[in-house]
Amino acid sequence: MLTEFLQFLLSGITVGATYALVGVGFSIIYNASQVINFAQGEFVMLGGMMTWFLFDAAGLPLAVAVPLAIAGTVVVGVALEKFAIEPARNASIVTLIIITIGASIFLRGSAQLVWGRDFHAVPALSGDAPINLSGVALNPQSLWVVGSTLVVIVLLHWFFSRTMTGRAMRAVAFNRLAAQLAGVNNRRILMFSFGLSAALGALAGVLIAPITLTYPDVGIMLGLKGFCAAILGGLGYPYGAIVGGLIVGISEAMTAGYISSAYKDAVAFVIILLTLFFMPNGLFGRRGVERV
Amino acid sequence: MLLEIQNLSAHYGRIRALDAVSLEIGEGELVSLVGANGAGKTTLLRVISGIGPVSAGRVMFDDRDITRLPADSRVRLGIVQVPEGRQVFAPMRVEENLLIGGYTRTAHERAEALARQYERFPALAAARDKPAGMLSGGQQQMLAVARALMGRPRLLLLDEPSLGLAPRLVDEVFDAVTSLRDSGVTVFLVEQNAFQALSIADRGYVMETGQVVLADTGKALLTNERVKAAYLGL
Repeated sequence: MLTEFLQFLLSGITVGATYALVGVGFSIIYNASQVINFAQGEFVMLGGMMTWFLFDAAGLPLAVAVPLAIAGTVVVGVALEKFAIEPARNASIVTLIIITIGASIFLRGSAQLVWGRDFHAVPALSGDAPINLSGVALNPQSLWVVGSTLVVIVLLHWFFSRTMTGRAMRAVAFNRLAAQLAGVNNRRILMFSFGLSAALGALAGVLIAPITLTYPDVGIMLGLKGFCAAILGGLGYPYGAIVGGLIVGISEAMTAGYISSAYKDAVAFVIILLTLFFMPNGLFGRRGVERV
Repeated sequence: MLLEIQNLSAHYGRIRALDAVSLEIGEGELVSLVGANGAGKTTLLRVISGIGPVSAGRVMFDDRDITRLPADSRVRLGIVQVPEGRQVFAPMRVEENLLIGGYTRTAHERAEALARQYERFPALAAARDKPAGMLSGGQQQMLAVARALMGRPRLLLLDEPSLGLAPRLVDEVFDAVTSLRDSGVTVFLVEQNAFQALSIADRGYVMETGQVVLADTGKALLTNERVKAAYLGL
């Protein structure tokens, strides 16, 4: 009974951590521009697919393929900002969001053209012999997922509170005009935000690919669940997205385990709806009291 | 001249906000711009900072045409604005607000400027780890000015710094502006509080419906019949 519960909890935390990474990406871009980047899921796909391609087809060792895949996704993210968002910077937010939806379809289509529609396996970073913890089977890849996510959280916290670029990103998020008047280059911040979000998405893709396989459409669901994490935690609040991701992941695993895995994907959408109905600002979102 | 505005016009859609405005500010001067709400004062400051629309005319800084220069490059040149309503970054600590003010400077210059602002505004030093949103209105105004000074301005633009402050604090703000000028900063002060703004100014301009209608020394404007009737309530 308890082993079963712990087993579900473990797998929930594992997928939840990847949702958290994707959700943080949503929040970072939202903070810089109020745009919800629906191509975020495609960053996840690109991370996984590029790792597979570089490892399997190009024969590079994983330790080289993974950083290259993340770097490649960052290039795509920055290019997306530079060539699709930046030229339309005077357009309304809704227009920009539609551009990101277009970019997401474009990236998915390009991936299918280049790599085909097949499912691909990416090897786990340190083997896949499960570790037995008194009855609970722990996939070593889960440790990588959770460990990497923790490291990323610590690094992000340092970045946002200790570096000038991180502080400038927080300033832009709170009051773009005042940040501009202080000399912050908002366009550069936005480009940086796309690059950072792409890196986080790609990392999630690399980490989850050995568990779920990777294919050109893998980003659709992961993107939507990351979006759910961001909404639940409070859009524009990266730490909230982390908690949101874990809640979505764990709820999903519990539903799959105790009810039926047929309902697994429905959980995220029920959470989005409940959040929007009952607390549209999310768990930790701004409540608008700080503004003077 | 440090700043020269030449025949500047600006529109918001089809509404004309500025109509062939010309004015100039010399190095070391304290120049005040007064006028009623909606006269175009804030629009003019936005244009000088590079965040407002320009439909005709030029903005010259240090004999260089900066009309099309992006906002952050102007901060680098030393044109720094304290926006209306203070606009501090409320959730961020006081010290972080100040550091953002020095965003365009090197880490070394930033550290130096920070020490100087704490010396100038001891109340901010005492509150350095508090979120800026927790400060009182007067302290937030102080923070907004100190944040701007972090950018080492050659030209400081102040938009309604006395707005919404208690009378005692208003006097403090005008004292602070005077002492900034005395320390060598060129100041362009936009105010609805015409009497105090003109009293401390070397020169002043009066704006009405997007046009500069009067220009003279601060003292002369204070005794000008039209200014007295329209802005001083005399």
